[in-house]
Amino acid sequence: MEINEVFEKVKGLFVEDLGIDESKVTMEAKLEEDLEIDSLGIVEVVMAFEDEFEIEIDDDELADVSTVGQAVNLLHSKI
Amino acid sequence: MSKRRVVVTGLGTINPLGNNVSDTWNNLISGVSGIDYISSFETDELPVKFAGEVKNFDANEYLGKQHARKLDRSGHLSIHATEEALKDAGLNTEERLGTEVGIVFGTGIGGIGATEQAVRTYDERGASRINPLAITQLMPNSSTGQVAIKFGIEGPSLTITTACAASANAIGEAKNMIQNGIVDMVIAGGTESGTTAMTIGAFAQIRALSTNNENPKEACRPFDKNRDGFVMGEGSTVLVMESEESAKKRGANIYGYISGYGASTDAHHITAPAEGGKGAVEAIKKALADAEISNEEVDYVNAHGTSTLANDKNETAALKTVFGDKAYQLNISSTKSMTGHLLGGGGAFESLVSLLSLKNNIIPPTINLNNPDEDCDLNYTPNVAIEKDLSTAMSNSFGFGGHNGVLVFKKD
Repeated sequence: MEINEVFEKVKGLFVEDLGIDESKVTMEAKLEEDLEIDSLGIVEVVMAFEDEFEIEIDDDELADVSTVGQAVNLLHSKI
Repeated sequence: MSKRRVVVTGLGTINPLGNNVSDTWNNLISGVSGIDYISSFETDELPVKFAGEVKNFDANEYLGKQHARKLDRSGHLSIHATEEALKDAGLNTEERLGTEVGIVFGTGIGGIGATEQAVRTYDERGASRINPLAITQLMPNSSTGQVAIKFGIEGPSLTITTACAASANAIGEAKNMIQNGIVDMVIAGGTESGTTAMTIGAFAQIRALSTNNENPKEACRPFDKNRDGFVMGEGSTVLVMESEESAKKRGANIYGYISGYGASTDAHHITAPAEGGKGAVEAIKKALADAEISNEEVDYVNAHGTSTLANDKNETAALKTVFGDKAYQLNISSTKSMTGHLLGGGGAFESLVSLLSLKNNIIPPTINLNNPDEDCDLNYTPNVAIEKDLSTAMSNSFGFGGHNGVLVFKKD
C-alpha cells in the first residue's frame, strides 16, 4: 500500500470514527495538541488502526509517535 | 445565630416532557404524558415496550462528535441541563466558574448504557476491543466530572447514589454545604439515562414496572386503583443554588428558597418500603423541623408517587401520620404520571416542579387518576392543574435501599 493511501485511510478513521474536523488532519498535525487526542483517545486510535489494517501494534512502538505523519509511517512499515 | 438561607437562581432540565424549562412547564400544567413506545432500541424481547425517553436531542449536534462520543448519554443530558441552568442564573458559560463553586450530582445507576455496551463488546470481540472510554463513561460520578470539566467548576464535588432519592439527597447536601459556609454557590442536580434493554428487563424481573403495553400514555397512574408499576424515564435537571447574600449581591433572579432537608433510612427491605412509610415519616418530620415550619404551613406536596402498589399506599399513610387531619387539605400531585420515573434524576426534577409551582401559583396534576383506591384517599390533584396561592411546597423522594430524602421549598 502506498503511503498516500495509508494517510487517506488514517484520515478517514479520524474523521468518521473520532469525529475530528477533516481540515485538521494533515501529516504534520500533532495528535495531542492539534487533534485533541488524549491518552484515552490514543488507545482508541490504536484499536481502530489494528482493525482497519489487520495488524497488531505494541505500546512501545508508539513511544515515538506524536504526529499523524509518524503514525502513518509506522503503519506503512507494518503492512 | 440564624442559618444562612439558600436560594435557587437558575433552572435547567431535559426530560421526557421537554428539552428546556419552559416547554417542560407548559406540558406539566397541561397534563401531557411524555411516555411513549421506546424508539432507541428493539424491544421485541422485553415484557415492557415503553418508557419516558428524551426526544429530539442529538448529542453530536449539541457537543460536536469528538466531544460527544467520549460521554455516555447521561453525560450529554447533564451538560445540556447544566448549561441552561447556568445561563438562566445569569452566569457566563464561557468562563470557568472556579474554586468557589461546588457541584453535587445524584444518579441511581450512572452510565449503565456504557456498561451494557462494554459487556457486549467483551463477549463478542474479547478484552482487547473494549472501549477505552468505557470506565470513564460508566462510573457513577462521570456526569459530575464531565460537567465540572465543561464549566470549570473547581470547588468541592460529590456524587450521591441513593437510587431514586439520589438527587433529592444531592440538593439537600448542597444546601448544607452552602449553609455551612463551605462555598456560596453549588451546581446541584441529578441525571439518569437507564432506558436501556438490560435495565428495563431487570426492573421488569422484579415486577416493578407497568406492563400496560397497549396504552403507554396511561400506564403511569399514581394513586389510581388500577396502577401496576412505575414507568422508566430518563433526564437531567440542574439547579443553581446559592446563599441569599450571594444572589442578592449579584442581583440574580430568585425562584425560591430551599428551606428544609430531611433524610432517613428504612433499614427494612432493599426494595419494599417500611410498613406505613415509617422511614418516610421520619424524613418528612426532619425536613419540616429543618425548615422551622409547622405542618399547617405546607400547601403543596410533590409526591414520590411512583405508581407502584407499595409506594403510593405507604406514602399516603406516611402523609397521614405526619399531617393528621391536615393531610386531607394538602394539595398533592405526582408528576411522575407524566415524566415516568426519572430514578436518580427524579428528586432534582421534582424540586424544579415545586419551585415553579410556588413561583406560578399552579399545581400540576396527577394524570391518569380515574379510579379511587381506598388506601389512597387524599387530594392528588387528579388530571387537571389547579391555580392556588402557594407559599410552601414539599417534595418526597424514596429510593431502593430504603433511602429517603425530603425537601421543603418556600416562596420567600
